[in-house]
Amino acid sequence: MEVQDTKSTLEVAPRNEEKIKKIWKTAFILLAITVAEFIMAFTMDRGILLYSLFIILTIWKAKYIMMEFMHLGDEAKPLFYSIIVPLIFLVWLDIALIKEGSDIFLMRW
Amino acid sequence: MSAHSTAIEVSTKRGIWGGGNEPLKASYGKLMMWFFLLSDIFTFAAFLITYLAIRVSYPAYAGAAETFTGSNEYWPVPELVFEALPFLHGVHAPLIFVGIMTFILIASSVTMVLAVEAGHRNDRNDVVKWMLWTLLGGITFLSCQAWEWSHFIHGTDGGSLLTYVNGLGQNVTETVFGANLMVNEYGPAAFAQLFFFITGFHGFHVTIGVFLLFLCFYQAAVGVYDKRGHYEMVEKIGLYWHFVDLVWVFVFTLFYLI
Repeated sequence: MEVQDTKSTLEVAPRNEEKIKKIWKTAFILLAITVAEFIMAFTMDRGILLYSLFIILTIWKAKYIMMEFMHLGDEAKPLFYSIIVPLIFLVWLDIALIKEGSDIFLMRW
Repeated sequence: MSAHSTAIEVSTKRGIWGGGNEPLKASYGKLMMWFFLLSDIFTFAAFLITYLAIRVSYPAYAGAAETFTGSNEYWPVPELVFEALPFLHGVHAPLIFVGIMTFILIASSVTMVLAVEAGHRNDRNDVVKWMLWTLLGGITFLSCQAWEWSHFIHGTDGGSLLTYVNGLGQNVTETVFGANLMVNEYGPAAFAQLFFFITGFHGFHVTIGVFLLFLCFYQAAVGVYDKRGHYEMVEKIGLYWHFVDLVWVFVFTLFYLI
């Protein structure tokens, strides 16, 4: 059997240090937000305020993952909007089902 | 072309309707991955919003944390349920283990995005290196989840005294250890059911992700992508892997913090 030549014929570009720095910066932000959530879980009283803060911070983290890691922000605008706009339906589903859940709570207890 | 997308030529083997052109300046494979992920976002969102709806339909535990005992009358406090560590039996370490898991998954997402960056530069050595780290992170996360599940199923030393309707329709009062789909020592039956279903579905995604990561690592290492002329597969599998991380961010908040 012949030994296959697996040497690349593609030209290897040098590392883009600026991009790599941005990746690590995003990673640091994600980590910092998670640590902040941790501290809040143990220092703040449970309630609507804390839960709202958690959800805002989570959506903030999601934004970083989608925009920086998945590069959605760099895609063509129609692609960007076709991914983001349908998510509006989830806002409604969220409101509707939480209302439903609270009503079940009132009927049951 | 967008700043980050891999430059690939329009295939002569594919016609206009066969993925040969790039309507949104993204290749056929990348577009399809995005729309698959959109549908998966809806699936996970439906599960997580259902979790919230069922959670608010139960009273929350209102007493002091020190005197917390599991009961199917109220929803448990997550930091008092998930407080064990492997090898450290009996140590109260609230949310530490799940914090480590979150850290591992975010770290593997970072190494993945570094692999994608290396793919843009056609740098096989860097792709292989970062894919291997990502693969390692994925396997570690799955192992942690296996331990978490095992602990959740087997339960604590003391268990909880509960009154519930068993599988035969009888009303029984007994000490319950751990969790199954019928009853659990931590809270209402729905608590464990949702935990198994949602973290299980996420773990299933991670498992598929690990297979894809291995495939990508292997193909990069043996030079398949060099021969193909582009490293777009790294980017597509990267999208999927970041999505798994994205879902975990929400699972973490809803299950472990709220």
